[in-house]
Amino acid sequence: MSALTILNQAGVTPDSALSSVVSMRDNIIGMTQAAEEAVLRPKETGAFPHGLRAAIATRVARLAGDEPLAAYYLADAGHYAELSVPGEPGSQHQELAAVLSFVDKVANQTRDAAAEDISGLRLAGVADADIVRLCELVAFLAFQIRVISGLRLMNGKSA
Amino acid sequence: MTHIIHKFTRKIPEWRPRLVPVKLEEATAEQLDALKVTPSNTKVSDYVLTLAHDVESLSVRSPLFNAIMYDRGGMSREERELGALAASMVNRCIYCAAVHADRHAKLAKDESVTDELFANGENADLSPRNRAIFDFARKAAEAPPSAGPEDIDKLSEAGLSDEEIFDLILSSALFGWANRLMHVLGDPVSRRETA
Repeated sequence: MSALTILNQAGVTPDSALSSVVSMRDNIIGMTQAAEEAVLRPKETGAFPHGLRAAIATRVARLAGDEPLAAYYLADAGHYAELSVPGEPGSQHQELAAVLSFVDKVANQTRDAAAEDISGLRLAGVADADIVRLCELVAFLAFQIRVISGLRLMNGKSA
Repeated sequence: MTHIIHKFTRKIPEWRPRLVPVKLEEATAEQLDALKVTPSNTKVSDYVLTLAHDVESLSVRSPLFNAIMYDRGGMSREERELGALAASMVNRCIYCAAVHADRHAKLAKDESVTDELFANGENADLSPRNRAIFDFARKAAEAPPSAGPEDIDKLSEAGLSDEEIFDLILSSALFGWANRLMHVLGDPVSRRETA
């Protein structure tokens, strides 16, 4: 397993006061990393290869205003990197327009998500299993972004 | 007839998927394992069967969810439910808000806090400690998250330990995840009358 993204991103160093606070939840921190593996680098990728998932993660981090986390994910986006900038999809990926607008809405206009958003993806040819995979990716990122953001605030306080 | 619920309530609705859940009789061995299906436990909700489409995520998410909401120590279960509820109200996940308002009321043996929150939202009249908890969890759930150093200071001033603050960060953030599944993949509908 790779290093622990939430602690690295929040700058929680091993011998700090904050490290001893969060160590009570070592199991949760470890499972959060396992969840990152499951949504960013799953064995069964469905319609979304690892590079595309990393590009989507970069995009969601940017929508949350988290540039350091965006940079972490961008490193794995490969030729999908152009999709990581919120806005119109690049000309090479028109087939992903519906997917990307769904990502943007679920990430940042969650309360407005409606039945039409799901039926729209189905009309665009996205399979039900892939709709769930896409939702899990965006939903996990919402969690990870907020744990990092909270830890950064705690780290600022104890510094 | 059933209808979609649009207002916050403690009465837990049914959840109706917007896509086709995995059929139990067609589930793979890995899916059955993640669904915790055993000969004595064959009842699985449509929600979990929907999430079984992405079995790798479901397998790690269920234990993570339980650890954040139920592991011993740190913040009380009642206050973790308040963090979950605040996020669910921000994201207008009617189903999640109902489940976690109901749990809060039962753990607190008091319905007044969730009554007040559903009636008055962020202007609810709350105790100083609940006020600090709800405000932090609500701001953390916004997109982008808007909680700042002053919100953490208010938690400390209200008497929360750093361990409790971390638990609140986790429970509020967890519902950033859960709301984006529950509210996006299905509708909360009224339960059929069984009279």
